[in-house]
Amino acid sequence: MQSEDGLNFSLRCKVIVGGSASGRILITKQPINFLSSVDHLTGMITDNNHELFGKSLKNSLLVFPYAVGSSVGAYSIFALKSNGVSPSGIICTSKTDITTASGCAIANIPLLEIPKDQDIDKIKNYSKATIDGSSGTLEIKKV
Amino acid sequence: MSVHLSRAEEEGLDGKFGDSISIAYKLLLSIGKATDAERLIPVDWVHLSGVNYNTIGDAGANFLTKYSEEARFSVQTTINPMGYDSHKKNNLSSKFKKKQGEIIKAYGNMGSVPSFSCTPYELFQLPERGHNVSFAESNAAVMANSVFDLHTNKESALSALASAVTGKAPYSDLRISNIRDPKIKIKIDTDLESELDYGLLGYFAGKAVNESCVSFGPYVRNIDMYKTKSLAAALGTSGACGMFSNKEIDAEAISFGKEEAKSIMDELHSNESGDVIALGSPQLGSYELELISNMIGDKKFSKKCMIFCARPIYEKACKSGIAQKLESAGANIICDACTCLSPLLTKDEYDGVITNSIKAAHYLNKSNKVSVCLSSIKSILKEYAK
Repeated sequence: MQSEDGLNFSLRCKVIVGGSASGRILITKQPINFLSSVDHLTGMITDNNHELFGKSLKNSLLVFPYAVGSSVGAYSIFALKSNGVSPSGIICTSKTDITTASGCAIANIPLLEIPKDQDIDKIKNYSKATIDGSSGTLEIKKV
Repeated sequence: MSVHLSRAEEEGLDGKFGDSISIAYKLLLSIGKATDAERLIPVDWVHLSGVNYNTIGDAGANFLTKYSEEARFSVQTTINPMGYDSHKKNNLSSKFKKKQGEIIKAYGNMGSVPSFSCTPYELFQLPERGHNVSFAESNAAVMANSVFDLHTNKESALSALASAVTGKAPYSDLRISNIRDPKIKIKIDTDLESELDYGLLGYFAGKAVNESCVSFGPYVRNIDMYKTKSLAAALGTSGACGMFSNKEIDAEAISFGKEEAKSIMDELHSNESGDVIALGSPQLGSYELELISNMIGDKKFSKKCMIFCARPIYEKACKSGIAQKLESAGANIICDACTCLSPLLTKDEYDGVITNSIKAAHYLNKSNKVSVCLSSIKSILKEYAK
């Protein structure tokens, strides 16, 4: 389900971890290894092979397919939150993985999954967006 | 679809048995939702990651200290390597040792076996084939599924912690038999000779595949333990895939040839040499120690050499004389730790690390920020043992 009213649009998502959040969209089609690619103290993506290299996760709504690699990535998500530099919400565009789900659950970061039939190409970087974790809605303001 | 909980599980979630059990069920429920599990099932054995202070930091250490005040493990729970070998001298800061000590104490209080190994499958008696376990260490999860027919998802440190406390895991993904049948295959269009070649294949496959199980066909039949561990560790490092199979299937095929192998080398081989040789990520088993000791013969390492293995493997190697042979060749055998994310391998101390491990190369390059010379064990010994 997708609704549009001129400037804004919203996507109906599956709720993995509830809660509400807002921020600017940070979107990538590349998976993330939260242990080796993110600085837990600053929230910066430090892997120069990643398309988000040099970008900060802090207060973003991170839209990405799924986490890869180390099982310790769940603690990395928790550390980002503890250090005040985590995304305010996370949206997985593929099948949500166990690392992201458990990391968000322990860190109380709202986590949604966009069903496969939704058009994610419309989501652009730096758009303002909000997550409503009770209804599972991702609302995006077009920029 | 929602996860169906039994009455006792519901009560656990609601806090009847304490906060630690409630938190564990909350974790399992989120994972169950994410992976479309209908219910939870019992697991026989949990292996935890998140032990090395270098990986979980203050946030993880503080969480574990608090969590361990109440939480107790309900099934056999083994744990991953820590940061160093407490039987040997090192230059680590007193802060590191203090925080590492807090983590070990927290796991001990909860009832873990102090295994400090990423290769639990070589140290403990395995459950019967087809049984469910919960392995967080990624190489161990891939090995469990692919080699030993123990069923586990590619667990996270926290999902496995929740399973250790509750003895349960969501019944989903690789715990379901038809998911364990590969639906995608890698076609191997190059010669695979060394353990490094198998590591390159694994790292490539992890990036190329987002299914939970991948087939390599006959190429992974009857390969030795060094190659198998190298393949499993690299697959677990680069991707989300938690199992490989040697089944020949009629399905979509992705080619792995010389060019694909080179692209991985271009990413991870960042130095033509180095000032230390580091072997063991995953930690080496008896098979690899014997192989290396036979290959080195009477020669000596021309560079500093660190060999990482589990303590029971080292003790066995001491009895057989293999450890003494390697040590007299100049190797420093380090237990309870691993090349991967070791605080002993820093850019302040080393300009480059020589290794045959793709997994080590990934984390040394990206986390430790130390450049890496990737080379097979045969080439390393040819070049640096005189």
